[in-house]
Amino acid sequence: MNRRALRRLVSNAMVGLMVVAVVVALLPLFFILLDLVVRGAGSLSADFFTKMPAPAGESGGGVAHAIVGTLIIVGTASLIGLPIGIAAGIYCAEYPGSRLTWVTRFVADVMNGTPSIVVGVFAWAWIVATQKHFSALAGSAALAMLMIPMVLRTTEEMIKLVPNSLREAALALGYPRWRTSLAVVVRTTLPGIVTGSLLAVARIAGETAPLLFTALGSQYMSLDINQPMAALPLTVFTYATGPYEEWHRYAWAAALVLILVVFVLSLGARLAIGRRFTLNG
Amino acid sequence: MSATVRPKTSFVTTPRATLAPRPPAVSPSERGTPAVDIRGFSFAYGDRQVLRNLEFSIERTAVTAIIGPSGCGKSTFLRSINRLNDLIPGTRHQGDILVEGRSVYAPGTDLVALRQRVGMVFQRPNPFPKSVFDNVAYGPRLNRLVSRRDLPDLVERCLRQAALWDEVKDRLEEPATGLSGGQQQRLCIARTLGNQPELLLMDEPCSALDPIATQRVEELIFELKRDYTIVIVTHNMQQAARVSDFTGFFDRGELVEFDDTERIFTSPAHERTEAYITGRFG
Repeated sequence: MNRRALRRLVSNAMVGLMVVAVVVALLPLFFILLDLVVRGAGSLSADFFTKMPAPAGESGGGVAHAIVGTLIIVGTASLIGLPIGIAAGIYCAEYPGSRLTWVTRFVADVMNGTPSIVVGVFAWAWIVATQKHFSALAGSAALAMLMIPMVLRTTEEMIKLVPNSLREAALALGYPRWRTSLAVVVRTTLPGIVTGSLLAVARIAGETAPLLFTALGSQYMSLDINQPMAALPLTVFTYATGPYEEWHRYAWAAALVLILVVFVLSLGARLAIGRRFTLNG
Repeated sequence: MSATVRPKTSFVTTPRATLAPRPPAVSPSERGTPAVDIRGFSFAYGDRQVLRNLEFSIERTAVTAIIGPSGCGKSTFLRSINRLNDLIPGTRHQGDILVEGRSVYAPGTDLVALRQRVGMVFQRPNPFPKSVFDNVAYGPRLNRLVSRRDLPDLVERCLRQAALWDEVKDRLEEPATGLSGGQQQRLCIARTLGNQPELLLMDEPCSALDPIATQRVEELIFELKRDYTIVIVTHNMQQAARVSDFTGFFDRGELVEFDDTERIFTSPAHERTEAYITGRFG
């Protein structure tokens, strides 16, 4: 076999291996989605989205309270977590030499590796135990704590990609340092920061452990963030571990809804950002 | 165009063959106060001394080229004039630089005002990822140089001055990153002009451009020197010979020689200068 044929063979073999790896990586995702649709889609109906749960033992009803609850809890968590995370990320990227940056980055990395249930326990000890009642706010605080390090690191990585020449261009035009950071660096990386934020929102929307002993869950519609509140992951957990056949079907449907919420969130963000200006090298 | 590919020896005898004859050069001291006055200026990054006791002045509405081997401190010198080196931690300086009679390093110097007066063009074109119009309008908007109503006029004037208007007048709202490299560099020059600077610093403005784009930028430099004082750092000695009126030769952080470009390239006073321009080192 001559060398060119050998080279082509090796090249094709490598590409083939990579395709196999991609397929292996995608298969579980595909089966999860397929399973959810097969088992959950049948239970989806207008009632499922708009009705409250039926009393135990009766059939019918929906999970409207959990959908609303998830939106409120995740929304509140984002309001707390995103601004702090993004601002801290900007600081770390723009002042890489400072001691505070070193500490922040270290803490963020540790936090990123912390199991979410630990954060839940923490929120329980600090908020639930001191207030002496469960609340959606405590759940949001726990989720925000999970978001901050994630958003911080993605924001920082995005900003680090901004070529230094762009920063210098703005400074040389007479932009003060802070305005250079905001007007040029952050504006340039905005799509990346938004994407990172939405990924974080999507990640925490599915978190169950930190909500177990903070937001607790509820069978009723609640709009008061100082009270226990239902959330989709909690509903999935309760229904899946419950004794009734119908609950099990509802758990599948709720899981499907949860996935769809995350899916719509990601897709909407991508469309909203659109492709405007890209970084120049 | 042809000059860029001509062998090195020929430009020494005909330094400015491609451009129109210039007015007879006069030494800086004969024309009143200099645009930039460098007074015993030294600069170091930590322990590494980069500039040593520079002492010379730069003529107004003329092009001054700074040449020298890599690492001789050319760029550091240029970035000392608008204090862009401030970003790097652990730098030290001695002496001072005066731009139009005003100190750059005096305590309390307004960096924003300084950088508005001293424009800079970089080695690689670095337009903001915004529209062509916004790129030029950036500086004037920040420094409130003109009212919102007059902004389009100013942008047009700057783009015309940068010899770019005809190429971009129909695509002012398109992203600047879609322009060619040479167009981007002229846009960066226009962006700097938008600030209405007194002084233009150019840090190897053509090193990332092809020969035709280089020629256009060089012609532009020649046009601009009627209104602006220009300091250009260049690796390309033919370019220094073509565009500049005065040339300073730096080596190891010292100013070896500063004189009329003509004299530097025909009868340099120092042996090191001659060795460098004839290509024996550097």
